[in-house]
Amino acid sequence: MPALPSSATPPGRAERQGEVVAALSALLPARCLLWHSEDTIPYECDGLTAYRAHPLVVALPETDAEVATLLRACHALNVPVVARGAGTGLSGGALPHRLGVTLSLAKFNRIVKLDVAARTAVVQCGVRNLAISEAAAPHGLYYAPDPSSQIACTIGGNVAENAGGVHCLKYGLTLHNVLRVKGYTALGEEVVFGSEALDVPGLDLLPLVIGSEGMLAVVTEVTVRLVPRPQLARCIVASFDDIRKAGEAVASIIAAGIIPAGLEMMDKPMTAAVEDFVHAGYDLDAVAILLCESDGTPEEVQEEIDRMQGVLSGAGATRVEVSKDEAQRLKFWSGRKNAFPASGRLSPDYMCMDSTIPRRRLADILLAIAEMEKKYGLRCANVFHAGDGNLHPLILFDANDADQLHRCELFGADILETSVRMGGTVTGEHGVGIEKLGSMCVQFSPEELEQFAAVKRAFDARELLNPGKVIPTLQRCIEGGKMHVRKGLLPFPDIPRF
Amino acid sequence: MTIDDPALQSLIARVRAARADRTPLAIRGGGSKSFYGEAAQGEPFDVTALAGISSYEPTELVVSARCGTPLAELEAALAERGQRMPFEPPHFGSAATVGGMVAAGLAGPPRAAVGGVRDYVLGATLLNGRGEVLSFGGQVMKNVAGYDVSRVLVGSLGALGVICEVSLKVLPVARATATLRFDMAQAEAIAQLNAWAGQPLPLNASAWWNQTLVVRLQGAVAAVEAAVARLGGERIEVTQASAFWAGLREQNDEYFLGAMREIEVTAATRLWRISVPQTAAPLALTGQQLIEWGGAQRWLCSAAPAASVRDAATAVGGHATIFRAQDKSAGVFTPQRPPLDRIQRELMRAFDPDGIFDAGRLSPGR
Repeated sequence: MPALPSSATPPGRAERQGEVVAALSALLPARCLLWHSEDTIPYECDGLTAYRAHPLVVALPETDAEVATLLRACHALNVPVVARGAGTGLSGGALPHRLGVTLSLAKFNRIVKLDVAARTAVVQCGVRNLAISEAAAPHGLYYAPDPSSQIACTIGGNVAENAGGVHCLKYGLTLHNVLRVKGYTALGEEVVFGSEALDVPGLDLLPLVIGSEGMLAVVTEVTVRLVPRPQLARCIVASFDDIRKAGEAVASIIAAGIIPAGLEMMDKPMTAAVEDFVHAGYDLDAVAILLCESDGTPEEVQEEIDRMQGVLSGAGATRVEVSKDEAQRLKFWSGRKNAFPASGRLSPDYMCMDSTIPRRRLADILLAIAEMEKKYGLRCANVFHAGDGNLHPLILFDANDADQLHRCELFGADILETSVRMGGTVTGEHGVGIEKLGSMCVQFSPEELEQFAAVKRAFDARELLNPGKVIPTLQRCIEGGKMHVRKGLLPFPDIPRF
Repeated sequence: MTIDDPALQSLIARVRAARADRTPLAIRGGGSKSFYGEAAQGEPFDVTALAGISSYEPTELVVSARCGTPLAELEAALAERGQRMPFEPPHFGSAATVGGMVAAGLAGPPRAAVGGVRDYVLGATLLNGRGEVLSFGGQVMKNVAGYDVSRVLVGSLGALGVICEVSLKVLPVARATATLRFDMAQAEAIAQLNAWAGQPLPLNASAWWNQTLVVRLQGAVAAVEAAVARLGGERIEVTQASAFWAGLREQNDEYFLGAMREIEVTAATRLWRISVPQTAAPLALTGQQLIEWGGAQRWLCSAAPAASVRDAATAVGGHATIFRAQDKSAGVFTPQRPPLDRIQRELMRAFDPDGIFDAGRLSPGR
């Protein structure tokens, strides 16, 4: 993990700040600019609080024209710009640049248009994820991706991270539910990616922009696809006395041709923690529990629930309980949805990891993590989006103990590298940000990292949008001692190393 | 696929040689979609030797295949395990390959309901213009490490490099399917399709032509039967229905055969693919229209001036592509507007700095 002490002040910062404030003051109303440190402190970090930095200036523009003007001015001055939504990101993607402008899009919180016939909503980037579904609800529609932070996170942030959620196996990620985004290039030019039609002429750049963590463009408006709300949803809680059986149950459900609306797993420590917190009635003797949801018409749900029950019992579940009504279904989910706050009661601090592995390796990674607990002398509680192999191990530690923090970082990196070796990826949905730069060196070859950097420059030649995130420099990979290991596809021997 | 795969090594050698002597290459798979896009330029570069399914894990819902794998072979392997690519890619001939499917980025009748090729790509291995073999994405459902390069390859028509291997999300075959037929005028059909799409119905595909609307329902048995009872219409017998949807996808049904005959005899006739928002009102253009994708894809067989077709599409927020024609001098694709045109150009340069690959098939005059 890179050290980014907030105390270090880059030389010439005060002069630079004066210069930038003067330039922006001429362009934006005074209420839209903050630069005194007591005003900029709330922006010093995002959901990854271990990293903090003071921005030169925080700008809170109110109109698209102001965003364009601000970007043009920053480009002219060569000032980095870090766009920011609600600041709920977990990988430090919105960590300020000490010589840059933090561009808060909090004021872009208007639902521009809800087109019921077309089943689309045009919303400004600062609209909260849940607010879209709330606005669509009277029409029987909703916005499907539901990251756990959906009461707070914004659609702009969801676009930046390609956010998922517990229902994405069936309903897809942000990418699958966004038709079009409007924004601005680093030069301040208005640009539209995607379309309300289902395709575009030329290269389809929308998938590049979605998940690009604010490095390719600043998005101010998003057109999302709304889908009909299912008439009914029911959830099964299944207990297992063995991790392997639970992992195999997940594979068996898919093998049976069932795509559950949600398929989640919690291990024993996590189940105990959340049960203590929400009293959902989980089986505390279980080594792992699965939450398995079906949604659709009442007939469809009955058909699917019956099949799921059969598969789970056949896979050796020790207890299978089906929600009887909506209240009980929500109760079943309350534990899973409160995994993070519940963990907060187990330990002074926890670090939430986020990697994806092929589903069939679920048991392997859990057993590997159990070994790591011994190796690093720290406890770990696990929640998984089992349906798509996305795991969120929560490593418990005390940040006041420097050695524990250090061991926690090693533990986390070990989980990520093990995930890559198992054929997975270092981030399933939280993004790379600043946190996983080192792990990117493990997953990608120098040539691949250089290709990413070239993609960045194609959009932003001066590399002013959120610089220093997502794509590590080769120098950094060498210094971190992170060597890329690729199963089978080895880097070319005839290319000079670094 | 490993780097020492002889077929891959030979592709790498060819790209490096082309780079050294600045020979432009026109990547070619089975050639089944060579009619699509602008004319290919450069030396034909056959990549079909790199073929075969590299891995298939039905319980992971993931398959990986090399570019030269025949599309029919991949579909057969999936069908054997009760799975499929839900977007039903058109083949346009038995030579169709997996690489060509991704490069062309064309999807079949269920596009509006289930998503397109891009939505199912999880990862890809690319041979870029520097002769480097690069892997992006992976074989897992969720992956946000680095930019999502693999999905940009969909529809790139070879402009960014050779798509050596691709990993796709696949899904179980639906347990039930039913096709219904209605007599309906165009405007009414568009409105009805959009109204249905806003309700929890297992709508999967639609086609309107000649005052007739045909819709396909797919999903759980109970859901399909309930929807059949609710929607009414005339239920089409299974064999006839599957022939109908296959004919539509492969463009060998009555409408498309008629269009191709007209193109043959009249040089001015073109088959347009007009992509518009699903709710766009009927386009006032001369010529026969067939409407798919719940209103979002409109085929037009017409001798109308290209500008009038493009203007009609653009006016409602869409674009128009000359899909089949003798004369493509009006430009196959709707030109991109600034700054997208510049970003696209720069992106092509980022993957292929020396312009080895034929970017002209996607946008002439790069």
